Amino acid sequence: MPLLKTVNLRKQFGETRACDGVNFVVNKGEFLSLVGSNGAGKTTLVNLISAHLQPDSGQILFDDRDITFTTVTDRIKAGIVRSFQIVNLFDGLSVFDNVALSIFSRDGKAVQMAALADHDYDVRRETIEVLGEFGLTNKLEVPAGGLAQGERKLLDVAVAYALRPRLLFLDEPTSGVSTHEKAQIMDTVSSVVRRGMVTAVVIEHDMDVVFRYSDRIVMMHEGSFLADGTPDEIRANKDVASILLGAPLAS
Amino acid sequence: MKPDPNAPRDHSLARLAAAMAPVLLLLILLPTFVETYQIQLVTYGLIAAIAALGFNLLLGYTGLLSFGHSAYFGLGAYTVAFVVQRLGPHSMEFYILIGIPVVAIASALFGYVCVRHTRIFFGILTLAISQVVYSLALKLYWVTGGSDGLRVPRPALLLGLLNFSGPRGFQQFITSYYYYVLAIFVVCVVLMWVVVHSPFGKALQAIRDNEVRARFLGLRIRRFRWISFLVSGTLTGLAGILWVPLNGLTTPDVLYWTFSGEIVFSALLGGFRNFTGPIVGGIVFTYLKTYAVATTEYWQLLLGVVLVTLVLVLPTGIVGGLSTLGLRLRKGRS
Amino acid sequence: MAFLTIQILNSLLYASVLFLIAAGLSLIFGVMRIINLAHGSLYAVGAYVTAWLVGRGIALGLPPGWLFLLLPLGALSVALIGIVIEPLLLRPFYRRAEEYQLLVTFGLIQILEDSIRFIWGGTPLSADALMDALPIIHIGGLLYPAYNLVVIGIGVVAALALWVAIYHTKFGVMLRATSQDRRMASALGLNVGLVYVMAFGIGCFMAGLGGAIVVPTQAAVLGMGIDALVIAFVVVVIGGLGSLKGALVGALVVSFVRTAGIQFFPELELAVLYLIAALVLLVRPTGLFGTA
Repeated sequence: MPLLKTVNLRKQFGETRACDGVNFVVNKGEFLSLVGSNGAGKTTLVNLISAHLQPDSGQILFDDRDITFTTVTDRIKAGIVRSFQIVNLFDGLSVFDNVALSIFSRDGKAVQMAALADHDYDVRRETIEVLGEFGLTNKLEVPAGGLAQGERKLLDVAVAYALRPRLLFLDEPTSGVSTHEKAQIMDTVSSVVRRGMVTAVVIEHDMDVVFRYSDRIVMMHEGSFLADGTPDEIRANKDVASILLGAPLAS
Repeated sequence: MKPDPNAPRDHSLARLAAAMAPVLLLLILLPTFVETYQIQLVTYGLIAAIAALGFNLLLGYTGLLSFGHSAYFGLGAYTVAFVVQRLGPHSMEFYILIGIPVVAIASALFGYVCVRHTRIFFGILTLAISQVVYSLALKLYWVTGGSDGLRVPRPALLLGLLNFSGPRGFQQFITSYYYYVLAIFVVCVVLMWVVVHSPFGKALQAIRDNEVRARFLGLRIRRFRWISFLVSGTLTGLAGILWVPLNGLTTPDVLYWTFSGEIVFSALLGGFRNFTGPIVGGIVFTYLKTYAVATTEYWQLLLGVVLVTLVLVLPTGIVGGLSTLGLRLRKGRS
Repeated sequence: MAFLTIQILNSLLYASVLFLIAAGLSLIFGVMRIINLAHGSLYAVGAYVTAWLVGRGIALGLPPGWLFLLLPLGALSVALIGIVIEPLLLRPFYRRAEEYQLLVTFGLIQILEDSIRFIWGGTPLSADALMDALPIIHIGGLLYPAYNLVVIGIGVVAALALWVAIYHTKFGVMLRATSQDRRMASALGLNVGLVYVMAFGIGCFMAGLGGAIVVPTQAAVLGMGIDALVIAFVVVVIGGLGSLKGALVGALVVSFVRTAGIQFFPELELAVLYLIAALVLLVRPTGLFGTA
């Protein structure tokens, strides 16, 4: 069952075709990895789907509804949520407030100014629950700016996850941390996402991580899809191997 | 171990009340042991604190530096003066009742334009708008009295219950007005405390810290900034409303950019990253300016040097500096 | 007809001075990404120093023609102040939040404005000896001081010189490289610190020159710096911050609107200017020629 579909999506920056007629399908409930070298167009694709950028042409369908021209807020309401490649947190706010704010925003409570945020016990309970799932409950009052890199990465995902997305895009959730931490983060993220039955698309460079956690892998190269399949199929694909090893494509 | 979601967190109202109680007690008892002049000064200080508190919702919590808050302060003051001239009743409650909607509407209108920009452009826009208001006040002299300004007599307080005529009228007015302003000040502090600790306040801080991410939480950034501007301008306007009966006169000086500078200065002096910073800053600034003006004709120069030194040496202000010091002492002890 | 000619000349006179101030502000912003709120006060310092120098010159019995040599001296003194200010007060703030830069330069306004009052007092200081040194010419039956034409000339020369300096010299290449990417410029071996001091010095020189050439036509008064700052903001907002062409076009727009305003709606003349600036900001946030 497709949840998201893009039809012939195009985006060009000057001469560079960052998205060259992409037909991307994400099925309900899957954990999909988007791979490819730097500049392959992965982040552009996510930017288009999350309305961070407007496509030059093409269509985006979510739940069979055309959302190509809807705003960021509309897409978040529909359930399309993303995180960013570089950790994007509210450094002056506590870990607790970072996640609580997602919940306030999701529930349309962020405009309330006559009530204390801390006295909303429903939101408190949910915030602590979400942070519990990401193993961050011992850092509730720490400002996000004071966390270690691995914890920041997890909190970044938690902030997105707390919006209760139906489709979650994670742009390199494990970049910039040690190999050991990578596994920890991915274990946490994948188990939370699967337990919550959230459809997830992860941009990732580390192929060990990709093969281990994904249901399906899509490989991008120079703005279009090069390969699409299960981890085993991708492992067997020669084009993928040659790109991953940096060798030229056999034409 | 899972934290109890029902346990109160440290930002509770109880904590605010506990922190405020001794200060409040001192302020209530103040008129019994200082002279009228000092009471008058403290009243000016409280009014400056309200103005700075309003200003800081924009700077400290929303990350927008306004160089034009004199416009809202001055509009509040001039509205009272117009009410006195055209409508008559010398009642403080009446002034406030008319004044607040006027400054709120002005803040909403000007804010709508200003929040379309951030950073330096926001600063320039706010400054430009305030200079327009200033030049209008100066040039439309048949309405505003030009550079002579408009007089405002001592109003009656509490719906006419308290009147101040007769030989001891001035002293009585100062003391009563002190308590009047103090009460409003406390209300403003509590309201502002609630606002910055509300979901709305947290959203503002999020927007300040990271605009892009805030947008991707589904927050409508510009609307939040606009409401913040509205609340901020209105509170500063209220300070202007309270200021003019005490001063007895409003002139275009309170609309001039230097006055915006004084508000900025107050917030910075106390520390704009702290809730209490602008309150402390407003009061300390009032004293600083009074004594600077008394000691030297070149008090702007003195303030300028203090400002530059402050930004270089103590960017977190008095409250920020003290709390850092407190933390260090506590660490040293344990 | 003669009246119109004189109004146009007056607008050009005002535009020359405005251009000098606004181009300095814009140049500093373009290279260093800093808004110097004290820029108008530096212009005022230029006016005061020049007027004072001219007064001294007359007291020493300098022949009128020699007095003209004092104009660049007034401008240079402001450049010197700039060269001291940049490393001392601004450099610590490039890596900090923008608020702090604004606050420091705001403190600088207070210091400069009151220093002027301290040194020269509250009475206006004039240098009309320079104006008197040149003849009064006839334009269609109306009288017009030739000095005003000199000011317009200086404005044109300054615009050309700046354009050549930025687009046709090695120094200009350094300036532009630094303004595009400070880190890259420094990696390429450019002395960014030196470029900054020089850019700031040139920007201040222009503000000072604006003050120097204006003071023979109107006396230096307290508060002139702030008025200049606010008008210069209007100019750069209309033209676009960081653009030389923008400063020129903005200065022309503002000076013509203002000259017309003084004729037709003197009460609202300032308000109309701000309205134009606000409209430009709403429609084209980066100004007519801005990129920032």
